Amino acid sequence: MDNAFLPGPQYPRGVVRGRTEREMDSRPTPGGPFALLSVSALTVRVGRSTVLDRVSFSAARGVTLAIVGPNGAGKTTLLRALLGRVPYTGRIAWNGSVRIGYVPQKLVDTDIPLSVEELLSLKCPGDYGACLAMVGLGPGTLDRQIGTLSGGEVQRVLIAWATVDRPDVLLFDEPTANVDVGSEDTIFSAVRRVQTETGTTVFLVTHDLHEIHHYADRVLVLDHHVVFEGAVAELFRDPRLVAETFGLRAGEELPFEVGAHR
Amino acid sequence: MTGEPLLSLATAAAVGFGAGYVGSLMVVRRMALVGDALSHVALPGLALGILFGFDPFLGAFVFVLGAAFLTWFIERSTHLAVDAVVGVLFVLALAVGVLLTPNPDLLEALFGDVRGVGLLATLASIALAAGVVAVTRLIYRSMVLSVISEDLAASAGVRVELVSLVYLVLVSVVVAVGVQVVGTLLVGALVIVPAAAAKTLGTNLTRYAVLSAVFGVVSSLGGTALSFAWGITAGPLVVVLGVTVFLVSWGFAAVRRRRAGDAEGARPV
Repeated sequence: MDNAFLPGPQYPRGVVRGRTEREMDSRPTPGGPFALLSVSALTVRVGRSTVLDRVSFSAARGVTLAIVGPNGAGKTTLLRALLGRVPYTGRIAWNGSVRIGYVPQKLVDTDIPLSVEELLSLKCPGDYGACLAMVGLGPGTLDRQIGTLSGGEVQRVLIAWATVDRPDVLLFDEPTANVDVGSEDTIFSAVRRVQTETGTTVFLVTHDLHEIHHYADRVLVLDHHVVFEGAVAELFRDPRLVAETFGLRAGEELPFEVGAHR
Repeated sequence: MTGEPLLSLATAAAVGFGAGYVGSLMVVRRMALVGDALSHVALPGLALGILFGFDPFLGAFVFVLGAAFLTWFIERSTHLAVDAVVGVLFVLALAVGVLLTPNPDLLEALFGDVRGVGLLATLASIALAAGVVAVTRLIYRSMVLSVISEDLAASAGVRVELVSLVYLVLVSVVVAVGVQVVGTLLVGALVIVPAAAAKTLGTNLTRYAVLSAVFGVVSSLGGTALSFAWGITAGPLVVVLGVTVFLVSWGFAAVRRRRAGDAEGARPV
């Protein structure tokens, strides 16, 4: 997956070959022996505009990294680059063979006669009942058509889908953007349970201050380039950066007490 | 032209099964109208075959395949609205095809004549339909995942672009083979109508795909049998029978929904 010495945009090899198992990078991953992912000078251009501009960061195993920034900052593009869905220059190096589970913001089309059990079986064989139980859904959900599920149920089914083969990494693209208020906690406790049981590393694209404060360990603030990378507590110690990143008005206070839930 | 009825019926059944099965993916991809327009492109290919003395169905296949590649390219590489481009280009193909086709053959090219097929054409149709069904089965999972989310499919290792291209080749083969049964004007219906009918009844993917293939056989085989009995062209009969199956399925689904609603209402709170 080393693109540094190749001219022009390249697709990461794992995905182009139709495999989710990433190739082993022969060189040591920068960011220490525990780093799972090291991204350096990642650049993605769409037409004439540069969506990601020399983005560099690393992530350790088992952490939850929140990826935040304004609309159009390149957050989803970053996830898609990690999935190998966009051509890029720069380097994306996974430490060893990594299986990725992806949870999109929403499904493009659900008007398909497809049951939840069939959707899960399209990924791999497994104990789907146990998988749904982990995200708080009963076995009755298996026979339901995906078009009849609520936004929150779809998200939980997608988490079950992403975790059914015990991935090393979970990529979440605004998992609570399309769900009812109140479903967020259910969704994140499901993610937590999965993370605790499997030691999964989570990349979470979000706009939500609460989610970052309650569920993330580290934050990457993106606005085409990296504005900030560090621990959540570190971000909240910088009120000006928090205000800029989340569009808070001057003097507006955070809607929770920093550090209260961590 | 009337040949051996058994050969015609076997061809119709094979084509109906293949078209119904392949069409089930076309309907979930929301490509029903693209599929219909695509089928019209077969006409200039047929015309060239008739004019220059090579197999007209080979001409039809090459033209539909070319059109399928063009659709795929427009879909993947440009920001053009595919339906508008397809609508314009493919209607042009139909017009050019009508101008090129010699008059005595025009009616057969437009509406098909399965009653005239020989042994070789029947065997070729059965082999092609079987091949198309086998390959469609292989890519069914990948296609369904791509429809619900291309990124989701890619995360599961699906090569989205490649699978979509393979699918368009399969549609081209089915259309070229189906032209014998229902002609270039109506072959789109052979692909779309059975799947539309199955979708009203399908509660899961397996049931939907199987029903779509079965409805394809029922309309294609039934229409051809009626054409022998009544001495008229099979194409329109196949389509009318297919739409009848659709209406019956739709009515059946509506009754089932109403009953389910009543049962829900009667449940103690």
